[in-house]
Parts: sequence; structure tokens; C-alpha cells
Amino acid sequence: MTAEEIIKNGQKVFTKTKLLTDNVMSYCPGCGHGTAHRITMEVVEEMGMEEDTIGVAPVGCSVLAYDFMNIDMQQAAHGRAPAVATGISRLWPNKMVFTYQGDGDLAAIGTAETIHACNRGENIVIIFVNNGIYGMTGGQMAPTTLPNMKSSTSPFGRDVKMMGNPLKMTELVAQLPGTYFVSRHAVHSPGHVRKAKKAIKKAFENVQAKKGTQFVEIVSNCNSGWKMTPTKSNEWMVENMFPFYPLGDIKVDGKLIEK
Amino acid sequence: MGEFKLMKGNEAFAEGLIRSGADGYFGYPITPQSEVIEYLMAEEPHKRTGMVVLQAESEVAAINMVYGGAATGKRVATSSSSPGISLKLEGISYMAGAELPGVILNVVRGGPGLGTIQPSQADYNQAVKGGGHGDYNLLVLAPASVQEMYDFAGLGMELAFKYRTPVMVLSDGVIGQMMEKVILSEQVTRLTDEEIYAKYGDWATVGRTNGRERNIITSLHLKSEKMEAHNHKLAAKYKEMAEEEIRFEEFETEDAEYLLVAFGSSARISQNAVKIARAKGIKVGLLRPITLFPFPKARLNELADQVKGMLSVEMNMGQMVDDVRLAVNGKIKVEHFGRVGGIIPTSDEIVEALEQKIIGG
Repeated sequence: MTAEEIIKNGQKVFTKTKLLTDNVMSYCPGCGHGTAHRITMEVVEEMGMEEDTIGVAPVGCSVLAYDFMNIDMQQAAHGRAPAVATGISRLWPNKMVFTYQGDGDLAAIGTAETIHACNRGENIVIIFVNNGIYGMTGGQMAPTTLPNMKSSTSPFGRDVKMMGNPLKMTELVAQLPGTYFVSRHAVHSPGHVRKAKKAIKKAFENVQAKKGTQFVEIVSNCNSGWKMTPTKSNEWMVENMFPFYPLGDIKVDGKLIEK
Repeated sequence: MGEFKLMKGNEAFAEGLIRSGADGYFGYPITPQSEVIEYLMAEEPHKRTGMVVLQAESEVAAINMVYGGAATGKRVATSSSSPGISLKLEGISYMAGAELPGVILNVVRGGPGLGTIQPSQADYNQAVKGGGHGDYNLLVLAPASVQEMYDFAGLGMELAFKYRTPVMVLSDGVIGQMMEKVILSEQVTRLTDEEIYAKYGDWATVGRTNGRERNIITSLHLKSEKMEAHNHKLAAKYKEMAEEEIRFEEFETEDAEYLLVAFGSSARISQNAVKIARAKGIKVGLLRPITLFPFPKARLNELADQVKGMLSVEMNMGQMVDDVRLAVNGKIKVEHFGRVGGIIPTSDEIVEALEQKIIGG
């Protein structure tokens, strides 16, 4: 049967955005990256901005984001994406420039670039996928690994006295005058996907309106790195990650949200 | 003569960037090159030409801003001095790998480590052998005057775009800090966005227009065959540079029996040494490589049939001397003379070294 035969007239409920390529994604089944990619590209398509959007891919699991996102893209060295995006955005001030980074990239090796790009209020969107682990290199401890959480470099759990504390980058950058919209989301359920997409859209619209740095964190699972089934990893994420990294807006229209 | 001005080398480089139509500069202060960014900030080129100038949070960030800016098809540059260049090498390697144009000025000071803020040529090997990780070379221009600091900003950018490769201007603390007369050229108009689309839209991140294939700027090639093919492509580019871009200058070489080889400020001093030696009856000439990569190997090899010995004069412990020896390939004696630590050799010292190491040695 052809696709047309399977999808009877009036029954089609979903079309993949043309801003995702047909390349098979390199992500593990169950990982949140695929969904985060999709909603990001859907937003760009809905805004009709594919000719004026430039993305920056990091080092880590999403290093090959440019294989999947069907727009002009640049791959950055580990942690340097906000500096690379700064260069692009300063020279193309009328284009939408975004980075797509993981927690090792953004919150460890790229801490300086992240903080300073946010503090200068670079007119860029930063999409920060936080799964509390280095996925690409095989499950090592990340700056966002929870206390007592196991990884290949904290095999007995993260001992914060010895290994330091997890870093809440999103709360940190919200304190900086250059950030305009700072929000934390997840993509493990349809409702959360809708909210995350809404936040990403707001972020891109703010960049279009030249409002400064927009920072959207997506708390995600890493079923392979966490050594769990996809379903179990999502349950574990809800039980353990969300209390430490609570979802919701942290800063809107340049103002911190009173909690 | 047109417009001219008394300027520091570092200021001349900055003015050269503006006048040659550069689109952006991203830098970070470090002695002895901070005048580049100070001059640019004071000149407000965003008002003069629309050029962007930004002080980054580190050399690492600055070179990555250049990496991002260069990917857009625009003309971008950075500058630093030795320890800062070490930090930039990650980004420079990415630029070489991703085949991005751009100009990097190194106003060299002494090292290793924090070293000294005094002039040096100790980063020769770093500059001409690639410097960062991986199989690549930079096209390296070595200015010997404030005029060349000005000229090489534009020439460097032109060559960077011709070969889509990062170009390094390897200067030193003497050339960067000293003041000389500079003849200024007419302001070149920066390319419009439309011109950038037309000229570089086939590779640069200009936005995926008209439904074309997306442009990807990356240095990542996970498949071995693709990585190997890419390495061969880069090597072919360096070979082409060696055929097309070798630049050097000769002084009193016609009847020379001995040869000094020197670049940058060492060449300026060596030129005087040639005069002193000739006054003493020693027939010596000077070859000044202007491109350090590609290196004027063929001409040196030719001169090795004419002269009895060569002295490589460098403000380091002996780096370019290796390349001179490779060029000469054992035909004649090649020795090194250098002062280090920020001490600048005198012309007399050079003549003495020539007499002891080459003529008498």
C-alpha cells in the first residue's frame, strides 16, 4: 500500500515539517532530542523564517543537528556555540540565530561563553537540552548530574562533597540583565511538548523583535546513559529531575517571575 | 603621494582593516597588541563603514565569534599576542577544517608560558606548522614595517577569501609598537548583503534561500573516507598556495657570497647589518621571506648555489633555520643567530655572528 492509500482523505493528522530532513536521526529511541528538534523547526516554519534563520550545533549528541535541521547551520567547538552565534548575529543582525546545546556543552566547558553572551544580551535563542549526563561520550557525569545520581564517572553516585554540586544554569542566566525570556520545559508528554513549543516560539518571536537573549531549557531523559527503558527514564525524570529543575517560566519580558 | 599618517603598527593594522572593507573584528586585550582594539573602539567604524567591533570575554570567545562571523561570508578578523594565540588555536583549527576565511594577527611576545611582554619571534613554528590540532597550514604573512601592518590587513583578507582559509599576520612587539609613516589607501566599500548572497551564497550561512540545499559549516567528517578526502582537498590548497603566493624581498643579493635570512623586525635590523658588513668588505645579501608559509624554498635553494653560507637571524632559539636548511638541502652551511627574552639583536651582533658562525666557522 502506498502512503496515499493508507492515509485516506481527511484522515491525515500529522505532517513532518519540511524543515526536518529525511535523514534517519542518530538519537537513541526514546530520547527527547528528536522532539526538541522537531518543535524548533516547526516554529521556524510557522514563522516563515527558514530563509533567515541560522542554527549553531554543539559538540555532544546533537553535534549532527545540521543533518536533521533543514536550514543553514554551523557546527561549533565544544561549548563555544554562544560565541559563534554572537559572531553570526552581530554580522546578520536581521536574521534569527539560535544555538542548540546540551548540558556538558553549555554548563561545563561553555559556561563562560554562555554567561557572557547572555549578559551582553546577544539577540539569539539558546535551546538548552539538559539530561544530566554526557550522552555522546558514554554516560559520564555532567555539571547538571543530580546529587547521588550514578554515571560512568560517578559510579557510586555523585558525591557533592567530592565532585561538586549540580549547576542550575537557567536560574543563573535569568539573573543577568541581558536575558529577556528564560523558561524551563520538557518534551515527554503531548501536553509538555505543546508548552515547550509555545516557549520556543515566544523565544524566536522575541529575537525577531530584537529583545536580547532568549533561553529555553528542555529537561530531557537519556535512557541509554541512565541505563533505563525509555518509559522508566521518563518516570525517573519526573520523580527526580523535575523537583531539582522545576518546569515553568523563570523570566518573562525581562522580568523575573515571583515564586 | 596620497593621504599619510604617523601610526603605530597595531593602529595601522586596525586602520587597514577598516579601509579594506572588513565587516567585523572580535578581540580581547593583551600586551603588546591592545592598541588594535583600542584604536578600533575609538574610531567607531560602525559609524565610518558599518564594521562591527566587539570586545569578547576571552581569546577563545573572540576566535569563535570570528569562526561564526566568517561563516556568514563576511570579512572578519581578530588579533592577539602569543599566549592569547595559543588560546585561539582551537578555533583556528576549526576555521581551517571548515575552510573559513579570516585574518588573525599575532603580535608576538616572548615565551613559553606567560613569558615576557617584550618583542619576540618565538611563535614562528606555531604559525607556519599549523599550530593547532590536525593536518593544516595557515597562510602566514610577516610584516617588517608599519606600512606592511596596514597593507597586510587587506592583503590577508583577500588571500583568505581566495583560498577560503585563515590567514595569519605574524608580527612582533617591535613592529606592533613602533611608529612610522603609513600611506593610506582609499576606503573600500563593504560588500552589501546582496553582494554577499551572490558571491558566497553557495557555501556561507546566509540563510537557506530559494529552496536550495542548506549550507553547512562544519569540520566534522565521521566517515574515514570523507575525512581522508577532505585532508587531501586541504593539502591541494596548500600546494596551490606554494605555487601562487610565495612572496619575498631581496637586498644586495646580486653579488652576495653570504646570505642573511630574516623576517619581520629581524629583517629590518639585518638590512643594516648588510650595510655594515659590506663596508667591511664582506659581500653579504639578505633574503626576507614575506610569506612564511608558503616559504620561499626554491629561491633559497637557488641562492645556495651562489653563496657560501647562510645565517638565519631570528628573535628565537632557532626555528626558521630548520626551514632554511630544508630549502638548502645540505648544499651549504646554514646557521642560526638569535637573541631572546625580549632582547633585540643589534646589527653589529649580526655581523659578528656571520663572521664567526659562517665565514670563519
